[in-house]
Amino acid sequence: MTRTGGQIVWECLVREGVDTVFGYPGGCILPAYDAMLDYPVRHVLVRHEQGAAHMADGYARASGKVGVAVATSGPGATNLTTGIATAMMDSVPTVFITGQVPSKVLGTDAFQETDVTGITLPITKHNALVTDVRDIGPALKEAFGIARAGRPGPVLVDICKDALQASTEYDWDSYPSYQEEPHPALRAEDVQRALDLIAKAERPLILAGHGVLKSGAMAVLRVFAEKTDTPVALTLLGLGGLPASHPLCLGMMGMHGEAFVNAAIQEADLLLAFGMRFDDRVTGKLATYAPKAKKIHIEIDPSEVGKNVPVDIALIGDLRTVLESLTREAPTRQHPAWHARISEGKAHTRSLDILGRSDGGRLLAAHVIHDLWRATAGNAVVVTDVGQHQMWEAQYYAHEQPRTLITSGGLGTMGFALPAAIGAKMARPDAEVWVVAGDGGFQMTQCELATLQQEKLDIKIAIINNGYLGMVRQWQEFFYGKRYAATPILSPDFVKLADAFGINGYRVSQRKDVIPTVEAVRASGLAAIIDFRVEQEESVYPMVPAGADLHAMIRRPAAAAVEAQGVQA
Amino acid sequence: MKHTLVARVRHQPGVLSRVSGLFRRRAFNIDTLTVGGSETPDYARMTIVVDTLRTPAALVAANLRKLIPVVEVTDVTHMPTVERDLALIRVKCAPQERAELAGLADIFRGRVVDVAADSVIVEVTGDAEKLDGLLDLLRPRGIIEMVRTGKVAMLRGTASAVSAATAATELAKGA
Repeated sequence: MTRTGGQIVWECLVREGVDTVFGYPGGCILPAYDAMLDYPVRHVLVRHEQGAAHMADGYARASGKVGVAVATSGPGATNLTTGIATAMMDSVPTVFITGQVPSKVLGTDAFQETDVTGITLPITKHNALVTDVRDIGPALKEAFGIARAGRPGPVLVDICKDALQASTEYDWDSYPSYQEEPHPALRAEDVQRALDLIAKAERPLILAGHGVLKSGAMAVLRVFAEKTDTPVALTLLGLGGLPASHPLCLGMMGMHGEAFVNAAIQEADLLLAFGMRFDDRVTGKLATYAPKAKKIHIEIDPSEVGKNVPVDIALIGDLRTVLESLTREAPTRQHPAWHARISEGKAHTRSLDILGRSDGGRLLAAHVIHDLWRATAGNAVVVTDVGQHQMWEAQYYAHEQPRTLITSGGLGTMGFALPAAIGAKMARPDAEVWVVAGDGGFQMTQCELATLQQEKLDIKIAIINNGYLGMVRQWQEFFYGKRYAATPILSPDFVKLADAFGINGYRVSQRKDVIPTVEAVRASGLAAIIDFRVEQEESVYPMVPAGADLHAMIRRPAAAAVEAQGVQA
Repeated sequence: MKHTLVARVRHQPGVLSRVSGLFRRRAFNIDTLTVGGSETPDYARMTIVVDTLRTPAALVAANLRKLIPVVEVTDVTHMPTVERDLALIRVKCAPQERAELAGLADIFRGRVVDVAADSVIVEVTGDAEKLDGLLDLLRPRGIIEMVRTGKVAMLRGTASAVSAATAATELAKGA
């Protein structure tokens, strides 16, 4: 059948199962928007294209489906880039469709022309410039295939306006499907060596990352951990991969992981890295990282193996598939001495924990997160921004289910939370969705409150307001002699701001009001902003300074002084 | 050390910038990169010489394979190969020295391809060591201008760097 390029865009989206897209129209993409009205796809008009990109990302993370954002040429496309880079770093399956100037004026600095495929080359898994209407369908079909395949990621298709306007024969079935190259079969000797290491290990530890969620390996991870009696440390993006309440779940590793978790990594004699990439935020100084451990890496992307940390055995492939076969053969082990050792460190960590401390009448962010967890029974989908609140969320909101923490890990994109939460809520309308954001990051994309209201979404927003760009302030406190350059930040009255958007606003300054306010907001069934006025100069503990030994963490001071302590004896 | 990678890539716009962009952003060191036609018009072939002091060749190859238009990458460093580099060298040469210079080039299976009043252009083909050897001999005479193509490589015997596996992969990709 004959279709215009603009119609083909929507035909393809419908065929790929897309029911929601996030976008912003403009000149070069207008032929596609014109055709949109005839197709059963919900379009969410954003207030800034960065928001559209994060919404597509949040939609994909919450649902596991491909998120889609649409923008026009030039500034529309460049505004997407922060969101594309965010999706790239966290391997989120997304497709971005941008309009481009007509093919006959390409390269002439035409109005709103930018080299979008050039700009996005390093921040996409793949991209394509389409100048001919006949290529639109095949390019989009390939884009969805690439976005989903293997290690997922963002794909951008840049389509010239004249191609969108022209007509051609549309036949989806005739377009080639993208097939990723199959991974070579695992070598039997590698598997056997891995099994031997597992059989011999006395202090094994699983490092579980985002790949657990991406490959749906939660169940087999649990079985493997239980069968081999191996404790599990999680990366930030791996949280929810094993229920926080599981006896073998240690919690988060890395820069703001608990000290006993990092100590376990440093003492382990076998690390089993499952779908994680040894990011600098989890390793600390590479030269002193896990010096006693043999390392087995199960990873879908061969270019991640040996990139930062040399490994003894690499098993390349889909984590769930590889782990299922490994689990069948894995020996049943018991490690009581190792668990006892870890428990000692855990007890010490507990003794320093802020939950056990008096707040002295101040509202502490960690207490807010803890109370939010209690009030929501740990069942909410929490979408965080980036900074101190993000780390407190990771530490104090215990995630039992996968895809219940949505956060920008690799890129650390401030402004992510609100738009990503809009995407998450649209993907999972029945879920209770909370934004947890700082006062700084929230202001970066707060314009999307209008989008939230326009779509009548029930999203609760907790602003952890300390009047600072808190994480930067913390670095200034620890490493720059408390010279607070450009970190105190003025915020609007968030209650009035909420009101301006027709959203209920609340302010909480005392611990006793946290749970009642959260409960009132939950009962309302409406969107709400709660402005939590927390202690201004609180820091996230513990902390591995960037580039320092993983075991050399700054611990929460007993008194006011901050001192670096070595690994726990 | 230097590793020689042979890549088969889809012949489409932007593929060279994808490859060179990858090397730039990952800080991989390219010694030479040649790109040109292959046995089929849909594919181009790259020969890339990388310095693997900082990044192992296997990691470079794994990153190359992630680029969608890159169909296959083979590290031929430790395989028997025919390797060729071509140089054009404009060297100072008085009329009475022409015969001597032509003889010198001949020793390296090179030849004089252009003659001017006070210079000649020598063309020579071979592996990098051979070209370096001739260049060393010509340098005292005064090299005015020089261009090298960079290395191209092909496996000896019946083996192909573009293996039978490629055909199967391409079928699977529907390309």
